[in-house]
Amino acid sequence: MSPHAHHGPPSAPSAVAATPPATAKAPEVSSWKLLATLAIGGAAAGLLVVAVYKATLPTVEKYAAAKEAGAVREVLKAPARWDTLYLQKGALTRSPTGGDDRKGLPKAYLGFDAAGNRLGAAVTAQEPGFQEEVLLMIGFEPSNGTLIGFKVLDEKETPGLGDKIERDTSFGSQFVGRVAPLKGVRSRNATDQSQVQTITGATISSRAVIRIINHAVERWQPLLVAYERGAAQ
Amino acid sequence: MTTTIAPAPATAPDLIPGAWPPAAPEFVPGAPPPATLWADTWRGIAKENPVLVQMLGMCPTMAVTNVLANGIAMGVATMFVLVGSGLFVSLLRKYIAHEVRITSYILIIATFVTLADLLLAASFPEISKALGPFIPLIVANCLLLGRAEAFAAKVGPVRAVADGMGMGIGFTLSLAAMSAIRELLGRGSLLGFDILGPRWEPWVFMVLPAGGFFTLGLLLITAAWIDELRRKRRLVVAK
Repeated sequence: MSPHAHHGPPSAPSAVAATPPATAKAPEVSSWKLLATLAIGGAAAGLLVVAVYKATLPTVEKYAAAKEAGAVREVLKAPARWDTLYLQKGALTRSPTGGDDRKGLPKAYLGFDAAGNRLGAAVTAQEPGFQEEVLLMIGFEPSNGTLIGFKVLDEKETPGLGDKIERDTSFGSQFVGRVAPLKGVRSRNATDQSQVQTITGATISSRAVIRIINHAVERWQPLLVAYERGAAQ
Repeated sequence: MTTTIAPAPATAPDLIPGAWPPAAPEFVPGAPPPATLWADTWRGIAKENPVLVQMLGMCPTMAVTNVLANGIAMGVATMFVLVGSGLFVSLLRKYIAHEVRITSYILIIATFVTLADLLLAASFPEISKALGPFIPLIVANCLLLGRAEAFAAKVGPVRAVADGMGMGIGFTLSLAAMSAIRELLGRGSLLGFDILGPRWEPWVFMVLPAGGFFTLGLLLITAAWIDELRRKRRLVVAK
């Protein structure tokens, strides 16, 4: 029997071809249907996210305000009340123009005791530390640059070493009463009123704190002095 | 010459539309075999634990397990996304065209991740701040897309939720174990409470990234060892 004969037993491949293909191809879906699926899905997802954002926003803002108030209270040694000043067009003002946009303006806080005497000013400042940005709130006397206190609001320094700038109370307390610009020293007897002893094993983080405080006082002191002079007139 | 052609052996009868199984209400290629709800849940907790067996979600496993509270928060947030996205992927599986399924799954997952991020920021702001970008990065956790594509898209919503719960619990347990070891040795505390006392000198190494790799290695060895012991015992029983 010649291999060319047509009546021979069917070879295996043709037998398989006789059956429907094992993997039936799904029919083509029109692009419009695909677009519609994603558009409807995206719209629904967007609505849901916006609704939850709106619902949680008051809680988030309340927490941020409470945290800010706590930090002001701490660095100004418990003022009875304080004014929030906004830096707008190169000068500090209590009532900035522009409505909701003022949330983004740099802020300073002027604290007063119960008798109405001004205790000092608090400002926030952020600069690179050893690993990431260190965010501080600094309380100081605007007239002469004497520090009242500072609080680390945010840092990601090395745990156990650099994070002592936040945890080591003996480091933080030595800033009280010192006069900016400060200088970091290693010796144990930092007696000069501008000298601060750096933490062993956290020299870079300590110096970052000192640098941030110096820059903040340098930046805010003239603004605050100008504001108070204007307010007194 | 007559030849009777025997019907081609149906090697994959269930792939021929309408042939088999005749009574099945729906047929999905590659669907997971039927199992009890308990088996669906247990799979993620032990047998196919996301971290210890599947080795998925390594980025959050390394990054946020330096303290116990962060590990648990990360696990619970991931579980929330697993259950939510599993439920919706399963409910919508017949309406999502094959061509855009991955995009659709990512859309569903991203929605739940955003919800988890917003809700965490509103309810636990401190933990939310500590976890930082790692909550939004749950979107990129292959565990989620993996479960959506391999499981949720091929089963009913009840099984999908059971699987999401199991995977979520398994993920949370692994992260909790890691972060408990790292916080206890690295800070001497658990959930912020001092456990080992002031005389304990913290192993700072444990809360740094190197300690994470070290702890994960130890956990993987332990998991493999337990698996080995169980397999040996089963062999003995079989004899």
